[in-house]
Amino acid sequence: MQKYSIFNLIRNAFSGHQNWDLAWKDPTPKKEYDVVIIGGGGHGLATAYYLAKEHNITNVAIIEKGWIGGGNVGRNTTIIRSNYMHDDNALFSEFGMDLWRKMSQDLNYNVMFSPRGIINLAHSDAQMNVYARRGNSMRLNGIDAVLLNREQVKEIIPMADFSENVRFPIFGALMQPSAGTARHDAVAWGYARQADSMGVDIIQNCEVTGFDVSGGKINGVRTSRGDIKVKKIGLCVAGSTNILAEKLNMTLPVETHLLQACVSEPVKPILDRVVTFGAGHFYISQSDKGEMVMGGDLDGYNSYAQRGNLPTLQHVLTEGIAMMPFLSKLKMLRTWGGIMDMSMDGSPIIDKTHIEGLYLNCGWCYGGFKATPASGWTFAHTIAQDRVHKLNAGYSLNRFNTGHLLDEKGLGTKTWIS
Amino acid sequence: MLHIKCPHCGMRSQNEFSYGGDATVKRPELDKEISDQDWDNFVYNRKSLRGKHWELWQHLSGCRQWIKVERDTATHEIFNSLKANEEIS
Repeated sequence: MQKYSIFNLIRNAFSGHQNWDLAWKDPTPKKEYDVVIIGGGGHGLATAYYLAKEHNITNVAIIEKGWIGGGNVGRNTTIIRSNYMHDDNALFSEFGMDLWRKMSQDLNYNVMFSPRGIINLAHSDAQMNVYARRGNSMRLNGIDAVLLNREQVKEIIPMADFSENVRFPIFGALMQPSAGTARHDAVAWGYARQADSMGVDIIQNCEVTGFDVSGGKINGVRTSRGDIKVKKIGLCVAGSTNILAEKLNMTLPVETHLLQACVSEPVKPILDRVVTFGAGHFYISQSDKGEMVMGGDLDGYNSYAQRGNLPTLQHVLTEGIAMMPFLSKLKMLRTWGGIMDMSMDGSPIIDKTHIEGLYLNCGWCYGGFKATPASGWTFAHTIAQDRVHKLNAGYSLNRFNTGHLLDEKGLGTKTWIS
Repeated sequence: MLHIKCPHCGMRSQNEFSYGGDATVKRPELDKEISDQDWDNFVYNRKSLRGKHWELWQHLSGCRQWIKVERDTATHEIFNSLKANEEIS
């Protein structure tokens, strides 16, 4: 594989950049693999990459119904953070933060990781107390957390509404300075390119039509491009989890919902942090192109449509304007939707299943993108070693049965509770 | 914008409604022996169908009645709506 470097950039400039290698190949599926990863999103690509890199398993195929970067890895709001209170979430996410910091070097691909900090605004004394508690938990787990008062917040984000007569005055905030954003497409492309270079087959436009299960074991997978014999399958399909679970006669504690995001027209730099509204569900950052990237609540009903409705967008942007009134002056450039695998307790599942050789990675709710490296790393470990790593032990499938829920926010699919 | 036909009030906009999830889930009968798996299926496990889906909605900013709506989860097309006590045929 060609290394991306300043020297190669100069060398290729002489030939008008016409002779760069393809970033990844377009192979036809083989008859048999050691591991098949279903779903070529960020998590699937990362899983294949870490299977090859950490476990030396390279006879791997990624099967993707659409194309690389066309699903949620290209539809998210690119926020990366580890500001969790519960140990299971905090340690998992902070492990991921380390991978994020090294990712551009590791993948030889500039993922433009920008640790600009995330600010969660508080709008009451009670919320400040809750944030102080969460911040303390984070610091006990080695994650940076700073509790800011109103004046300190005003210094960092003066464009927020600090006037006296507002419905939700800003009391302060919890900030994780090491959180940030990254270029989401580059993450997908970087993982795909490296996985491909280590021998992983990335098979696009290939739909899974069924599974070959006998005696409680996985023997193969049937696809639109032929049957593949395989002993281990990693299911990594986010919003399509329930569709494939049905083919396996499994019913999961997951529902597929619609989440919208949008960007404004590009404007000059105004916001150099990620900010979330504390009196509702709204988050905002400014992209390198100058667009304000915004998102919020689910549309609220089961959906596979990948497109949303305006009432939710209006609701979300009303919160945004309440928080930062200047947003009302901006024109909307683009809105889109993605389908989320909403788990019932709001936390993900990375686990083995009752079928031998079938591994499950789903339930990412609002937080799939930031988990990409940690999810891939732990899922690869779970598949390669046939046992969960201690980092994903809390993300078990049977926790809903045993009552060990990981209710970080306790929302899950039930947005109407909030 | 979804337009949902409330069986009590007629056609209304989505803004007046609140969603309540899969309408085909049945609570286990309390006087029978109930396994943990039965509760698990009732509380957590969902089919989350792609295609026609019977679901509960509440006409929150209207008559406040719970209703059942048959909607396509892939296209958002709405086919049918029933009162809460009417059986899905």
